[in-house]
Amino acid sequence: MSRRHLYFLALSLTVIGLGLFLYKALVLGFPLTPHRVSEIWNLEAHIAFVARNEPAKVSLFIPRPTRRFAIVNENFISQGYGITTATEDGNRQAVWSKRKAKGKQILYYRAEIRRIETKESGIALKPPEIEAPKFEGPYLAAAQSLVADIRARSADANTLVKELLKRLTKPQPDDNIALLLGKQTSISNKVRLAVRVLAQAGLPARAVHGIRLEDENHNAPLLHWLEVYDKKRWLSYDLVTAESDVPPDYMQWWRGTQPLVQVKGGDRMQATLSVNLKQEEAVRAAIQSGKIKSPLLLEFSLFRLPIHTQAVYRILLLVPIGAFLLVILRNVVGIKTFGTFMPVLIALAFRETQLLWGIVLFSVVVALGLSIRLYLEHLKLLVVPRLASVLFVVVLLMALLSILTYKLGLERGLSVALFPMVILTMTIERMSIVWEERGATEALQQGLGSLVVAAIAYLIMTIKQVEHLAFVFPELLLVLLAGTLLLGRYYGYRLFELRRFKQLVKGST
Amino acid sequence: MFGLARQLAKIGVLGLNRRNAEYTLKHNLRRLYPLVDDKVTTKQLAQHAGIAVPELYGVAEENYQVRTLPEMLEQYSDFVVKPARGSGGDGILVISGRSRQMYRNANGSLLSREELCYHISNILSGVYSLGGQPDRALFEYRVRPDPLFEAISYQGVPDIRVIVFLGVPVMSMVRLPTRMSGGRANLHQGALGAGIDITNGITLSAVWRNDIVDEHPDTGNMIMGVKIPNWEALLRLAARCYELTGLGYQGVDIVLDKDKGPLILELNARPGLNIQIANRAGLFPRLRSVEENYKALQGVEERVVFAQKHFGASA
Repeated sequence: MSRRHLYFLALSLTVIGLGLFLYKALVLGFPLTPHRVSEIWNLEAHIAFVARNEPAKVSLFIPRPTRRFAIVNENFISQGYGITTATEDGNRQAVWSKRKAKGKQILYYRAEIRRIETKESGIALKPPEIEAPKFEGPYLAAAQSLVADIRARSADANTLVKELLKRLTKPQPDDNIALLLGKQTSISNKVRLAVRVLAQAGLPARAVHGIRLEDENHNAPLLHWLEVYDKKRWLSYDLVTAESDVPPDYMQWWRGTQPLVQVKGGDRMQATLSVNLKQEEAVRAAIQSGKIKSPLLLEFSLFRLPIHTQAVYRILLLVPIGAFLLVILRNVVGIKTFGTFMPVLIALAFRETQLLWGIVLFSVVVALGLSIRLYLEHLKLLVVPRLASVLFVVVLLMALLSILTYKLGLERGLSVALFPMVILTMTIERMSIVWEERGATEALQQGLGSLVVAAIAYLIMTIKQVEHLAFVFPELLLVLLAGTLLLGRYYGYRLFELRRFKQLVKGST
Repeated sequence: MFGLARQLAKIGVLGLNRRNAEYTLKHNLRRLYPLVDDKVTTKQLAQHAGIAVPELYGVAEENYQVRTLPEMLEQYSDFVVKPARGSGGDGILVISGRSRQMYRNANGSLLSREELCYHISNILSGVYSLGGQPDRALFEYRVRPDPLFEAISYQGVPDIRVIVFLGVPVMSMVRLPTRMSGGRANLHQGALGAGIDITNGITLSAVWRNDIVDEHPDTGNMIMGVKIPNWEALLRLAARCYELTGLGYQGVDIVLDKDKGPLILELNARPGLNIQIANRAGLFPRLRSVEENYKALQGVEERVVFAQKHFGASA
């Protein structure tokens, strides 16, 4: 009776779980693999300056959405500053201000941008006004002669710009250019000069500043390039190669002649930009781009939780998988472990430390802790103070291990701090009791068993596919639950019992 | 591998999973566990029912009592200290005598008064108890083992384990201490387990660390063929424990005292499975047979007779 009940329960759980899974996968189009499609970049501008103990005002150009990149998320970090943003002349600018600022000030701007695939449509309907180039005296003559020269050697705006850029980028520029450029031969100056010369020639042009999107590009150098208005659209020109169009990983930050940051009421300003790549999963991309149907189901899915809570569930949903594994390894295989679910918790810690380091660090801390615990045995302490002392020692050992490995240049050793120390302490305590009462063999057996189970659980829990399925299709856990329930009715022999009772077979035959 | 499993199933070897699911879980009500998990309770229960147990000298419940204990124990030259809720024989200390201010441990080492108090403190703070909860320490009569097993044990006190299912003794073995077990009668500590023929109380071959052996590893004497005197009385004693606790599936540990005869040492609600290796027989068919017949058996006497008739070594 109860057996039929169990089978029915397991069957219904499986049907519900698999049904929901298949519906989501096949009908709603949730992706089955954690295949990554779109990329998200984290941008950061870091501004530091020393305030003069008077009102401070900092303006920073910030990126605007372009036809290549969409801004997903941005925020401003500062202490006690008022912040406003404004859009002007096609630039976005953030202004931090404070009534009174003193000492070193640090401001951050952070943004997440996503590359988008839109069709080229840099169309600007209204021709922009041309700013007067303001050449005077000999400079005017040089500019006029340069314009006449390049115009004579070109057929249209495009070839004209290219001819100009070719001359600008030559290692030994001709007299006109040498005069106009003066001593400042930086790219940004060349871009500025190109804008003025093109204005002299009657072509609207502007300087564009940006950065290259590269992973781990800290302190990213500013790049400068040119945009020229021709045939109702803006075309980009790279000054380094003297070619039209810039590489696709150039990200425009602002345009015009003004510097990136302007500070009033402060000195020694330093601004750095950095970039790093954050892969975005297919799922979130699909949701954001509206590929997944059925908003109701989505409304009650994990994807509606705040990002950091999602991150927690990403790990939490793996715990049942580890537990299922533990059930198999204990009840079907018969591996002995410390505690019931401790191996799963150790496996979670391994996620942070990586497997090999995790095992090494875990063994080192447990072994050292165990020797301390055995020493404490001589002091005849009661159990709670003794457990507390072991905890002290474990924390200190962890700190010491971190310092030592860091000094040795093994940064991974720092991750020892990620082990739950209570688990370490309990392991040490239980192991020492088993050691004392049942001998070293049994203690090492159980310790090894725990590590083996933890390692296997880790290996399974870190498979990207498993993590993806657990998070995107949590209903699959119902199927696992059904399996666990059925395993609860596994009355057969454990694998290790076969070895244990092997003698009996020999004895009877 | 599956072939091995099939062979074991044919013999009727009981595995841990099945023992847990079909026997301990089904026949041992959870609320009855405290009766056997706490040795003080078991002892009081047994004394009340007139079942022979080693005499209780005293119980320590709180740490402040520990300091005055040596005075309380002054009158006894030898005694045993046990955690009331210990498992698997952990934390048991046998004091066999005194040497000036020191206590002599059964294994020959000497303990100072502090060491004894520390051990008792440890017991009270739950070091040896299941789950680590605070515990009680009990002091009791030290059993003087019957010389019957002297030739096949190394120090310590051999005890006889009887599996009693629904009041019927189904399998039995004697656990013989070895040098490896440190004089303790616990199989996982290295003691030897010798099967006993339920019909006549004669020892069979033995299991030692999962291997079948015929001789005691320390004394070299044959284990087989030792006849336990008064076997029926011992079986009756074991069978009565069913009424005592109400646990359907239990392990009854009995010691043979030189003067007082068989005494119930402790009861176990989750008895181990190595007894099958010691007897070279599976528990499963016997348990099945009891399940089919126990309703017809009236009283202790009939149950013992049933067991002797059906569960002999040759059966």
